[in-house]
Formats: sequence, structure tokens, C-alpha cells
Amino acid sequence: MDIFVQQLINGLVLGSIYALVALGYTMVYGILGLINFAHGDVTMIGALVSATLIQLLHAAGLPVPVSLLLAGGGAVIVCASLGFSIERIAYRPLRNAPRLAPLITAIGVSILIQYSAALIWGKQYIALPAIITPPSIEFAGAQINHLQIAIVILAACIMGGLIWFIHHSRMGRAMRATEQNPAVASLMGVDTHAVIAMTFLLGSAIGAIAGLMVILYYGIGHYFMGFMLGLKAFTAAVLGGIGNVGGAVIGGLLLGIIESLAAGYIEQLSGGLFGSNYRDIFAFLVLILVLLLRPQGLLGQRSGDRA
Amino acid sequence: MTGLRYASWSRQLLIISALIVAPFAIEMLLGRSWLRITDVALLYVMLALGLNIVVGFAGLLDLGYIAFFAVGAYSYALLASPQLAIHAPVLVIIPVGAALAALFGIALGAPTLRLRGDYLAIVTLGFGEIIRVLLNNLNRPINITNGPQGITRIDPLHISQFSFGHSHSLGGITFTPLHQYYLIFLAFVLITILISVRLEHSRIGRAWRAIRDDELAAQAMGIHTRNLKLLAFAMGASFGGVAGCLFASFQGFISPESFQLIDSVMILCMVVLGGIGHIGGVILGALLLTILPETLRYIGPLQQQIFGTVYIDPADLRMLLFGLALVLMMLLRPRGLWPKRQLTGQLTNRGG
Repeated sequence: MDIFVQQLINGLVLGSIYALVALGYTMVYGILGLINFAHGDVTMIGALVSATLIQLLHAAGLPVPVSLLLAGGGAVIVCASLGFSIERIAYRPLRNAPRLAPLITAIGVSILIQYSAALIWGKQYIALPAIITPPSIEFAGAQINHLQIAIVILAACIMGGLIWFIHHSRMGRAMRATEQNPAVASLMGVDTHAVIAMTFLLGSAIGAIAGLMVILYYGIGHYFMGFMLGLKAFTAAVLGGIGNVGGAVIGGLLLGIIESLAAGYIEQLSGGLFGSNYRDIFAFLVLILVLLLRPQGLLGQRSGDRA
Repeated sequence: MTGLRYASWSRQLLIISALIVAPFAIEMLLGRSWLRITDVALLYVMLALGLNIVVGFAGLLDLGYIAFFAVGAYSYALLASPQLAIHAPVLVIIPVGAALAALFGIALGAPTLRLRGDYLAIVTLGFGEIIRVLLNNLNRPINITNGPQGITRIDPLHISQFSFGHSHSLGGITFTPLHQYYLIFLAFVLITILISVRLEHSRIGRAWRAIRDDELAAQAMGIHTRNLKLLAFAMGASFGGVAGCLFASFQGFISPESFQLIDSVMILCMVVLGGIGHIGGVILGALLLTILPETLRYIGPLQQQIFGTVYIDPADLRMLLFGLALVLMMLLRPRGLWPKRQLTGQLTNRGG
């Protein structure tokens, strides 16, 4: 039992981050039916931009909370504009193209972002100097530090805010209308292009915050980090029911917890046969199992077209 | 209709003799390293044609195709190296490699083929990664794949006493291993082309096209979509497996490093850039994407000369250009550089 609570807490933190990234996938999928492969890489840009900003601002002598806030703001601005431009330049012209076309474009955009990042930041790991050493507290025999608590709370606020936005704002209603039927929504006076642009903007901005959390939590970043993060977040979105915002949240948390527990126990359970180096496989196994057993996800509705 | 069947015999003879003389010309004019690149390019042509069956003919987006290549390569490496102390004959290994890859294709396809296109893409991508992680980690508790170090001292291709790893003389001309591999790869490529062409115009090929264009309609016409999709997966995979066997014998060394997602993406690029579903276009795409990046090698020293330092690593530049090419192609020429002429009289046909 000793590591159970600890892994549960680690999983919760990890899951909050997955959930935030998963929101970006699920919102775009809900409206466009497109897997935005580049979303993980947008998150990576968010992580690396905030790492650079934190380093710069810290070197300039700003207090830590101020530099964190400014770095987060900077990352949000960069990622939101990136997400907006991707949609405008790469996806919008393909709105009525055959299915394969936007998917291949998305892969291309993903590669472009990765290697642009490799050009800007280099291919080595970007390490964040230990400017914050969050104090830990004891909880049921496990260690939790303030950073972990802050990540979970901030993530919860963002998710709650997004769900409120979608259900109670004018734009949110337009988003839901577009998701249900773009043609009818546009007949009703909804500017669907603007709605789709907004979706990318919001998803990317949330991705930027997730990137900031990743870089603070792990302390290192890399131009290729978006790939795994994106895949896991996509898995989380599918697990929860792709296109469903609440599902993305639940899927993210669940995946984070499954992964942490599995990584914590696999060595013990398999008698040392498999180590935690198999960690990254769990997400794929979960994905394949979900697609086989319940392709509509936990909260999704059954639909002949989706699976 | 694609060449082969209608081209006159004399023209075919001319093309084939030109292809046989080509390696000598390449070695004389450009040097040994380019002959090696040509050999590798032929392997990629095979891979691209194999993936074309899955993506181009049947319209199933497979992002883990390199896994089948890996299965073939590891089959050869394990059956013909000191790793497991087995040295099976090539004529056994290649069918085994092909069959094993096909089996993996079916194992991947059977549960996932009822998924729609983009889900399939993600699952195949995950599958490719799982294979790579397994190859990396199957060195304990029993050492099968030797982990990240890979397998070394793999036997060269050999048929009874004739080894492709040694030079041979015939009528005063010396055939180095690179020449011999060129010829055997060429033979395999020609067989692959032949099978692709025959498949495309067969009952199966037409069924695939029907599935690709509208699965529901195809099903309504009595096509057994699931089995045919599985067949496409298995056939594509077996080409990948054979190419993998040849690759392992050619290199003499393999490691999981050679089978990354980016390699799957590159093969997909070849198919897409050349002309998805068009055999000639796919061959063009494979040749272009193997040869053009090699010329980027000169960019590094060039930067050194002009600026004093290397600003852009040529390998990164290559990837940047790939990404850009994918995006631009989809926007500007979605059907590829050399697309298939549509002879079926569709309304969309504007002279293709």
C-alpha cells in the first residue's frame, strides 16, 4: 500500500495535464472531425516558450510568481497565435477535401513545428533552473508538494471555466451549434469560420498552460516531447469519448492514474519481467482496448460514423 | 493503363538493360556512395509500393508501416546471425519474413479495421511504437533482440554457395556486393511492380477502390469489406517484410533505431508526394525522397564555407522540408506530383 497513495497523487497531477491537452483534441474533433496531430506539438511550443521566458525573467531579477505569470501569458499568446495560424493556413483550405488530406496535412504541420523548435531551441534537453523549490506536505503517507497542488487546482479551474464558457456564453452556444451541424448553424447566422478559429485559439491557449505545467513539473523539455504527450492526450480524449469536453477531463485523469499505478506496480506484478520502461505502452494498450470494447468512449454516444 | 502490359517488347528490353547497366554508370560517374544510395532507394521503392497497396489502393491510412519492415528485418537477423546461432537458408527466411509480417498485419488489422480512417491512423501509429519498444526491451529476461544494441554480424544474402557479400567476376566484369545487391533488389522491385499492377486491375483491386471511395456503397454491392481490408493489410505488410529481410542482409546490422515513426512517415510521404494510388508516381516519390535528401548532405559543408558555422543541421532541414512538402502538396497538388489519370469518366476529371 505504501506507494499506492503516492502513485495515485502522481497520477492525478499527470492526469490533469493530460486532460488539459485532451481538451484541445476533443474540441477540434467535435467540430471538424479532424485529429489535429499538431496539437501535442503546440503544447511543446508552450512548454519551451515558457521555459525560455522563465529563464530570461528570472535572470532579469523578477520575483518568481511574477515571472511565472508573465511566462504563462507569453506562452498562451504564442500558442494561441500558432493554433490560429495553423487553422487558417493549413486546415481551412481543406474544409471540403477528402478525409485523408487534412490528416496528412496535420502530420506535416506536426513535423514542421517539431523541427522548427529543433532549429530554435536545439535538439538537446532544455532544463529549467531550480528556481522554485516547492515545499512538500505529508498526506496519508505520501509526499505532495505545492506545485502539484497548484497544477491540479489550476487545471480544475480551467476545465470548469471552459465547460461554463461552452454552456453559458454566446460563443459557446455557437460552438455547440456548429458541432451539431455546421451547415444548419451557418444558416442560422453562426459564423462557423470564426467558431472554428476560436476553437483552435482556445484549445491552443489551454495547451500552452499545460505546456507550462509540464515544464514546471518535470523541469526539462525537448523538441520531441509533444509527440508522446499528444498521443497520450489523444488517448485520454478517446477514452472519455472524443468530442465530449467532460469526457476529455475524465479520460485524462483516468489515463494519468492508470499509467502511474501501472508504472508503479508492473515490476512487482510481473516478478521483474517488465520494468517501468514499458510505461509508454500503457497508453496505447488503453487506446486499443477502448477502441475495441467501447469505441464511443466512456461518455460518448454511439454513432455509426465514428467507429 | 499502367505500362508493362502494353509496352512493346523491344521497349521493355531496352528499359531492363538500361536498369542493369545503371549501377556501373552510377559508380563511375558519382562514386560508390551513390551506388549504395541507389540500392537503398530500391528498397524504399519496394516499401512505398507495399504501403501504396494499403493507403493508395484500399484507402487505409497506416502510420505504423515501418513495423512490418522491422518484423521482416528482425526475422532475417534472428534466423541468419550468431544472435540465436541459427543460419537458415535465405530461401526459407524470406518467405518466413513475409509470412510473419503478413501475420502481424492481420493481427493489427483484425481488431482495428472496423475503425474509421483517422482512428486507424492513430492505432497503427501506436502499433508501430509498441513494436519498437518491444524490440528495444526484449533483451531480458531472455535475450532475443539484444535490445538497443541491435543485432550484428548478420549473414549476407546467399543462395547455396553464391554469397552476395563477396565480389564475383563474370566475363571480365567484376560485380561488387553493391552491384549484386542492386540486381537482386531490382528483381524484387520488378516483381513488386508486377504484382501491384496485376492487383490493381484485378477483381480485388477494383473492390479495394470501391471500398476506398465509399465503403458503405461497396458493402451494399456485396463486397466483403472486412476481409478485403485485411487482405490489403496483409499484402502490404508482406512487401514490407520482404524489404525488411533484404535490408537486414544488406546492412549486416540492425537496431530498433532504424524503425522509428519518422520512417513510417517518410514512406507515407513517398506515396503521397508521388501520387497516391499511382504505381509510377509512388516509384517517383520513393526515388525522389531517397535521393534528394542525400544532396542536402552538401548543405552542411556549404554553410561551413559561407558562414563559418553550421546553422541548420542538414538532417533537420530535411525534416523541415518534408513537413513543408506534405502541407504544400495537400494544399496545392493533393493528388501528387504524378497522379493517376482518371479514366473512369468522373466529373472531377479535369485532364488530370
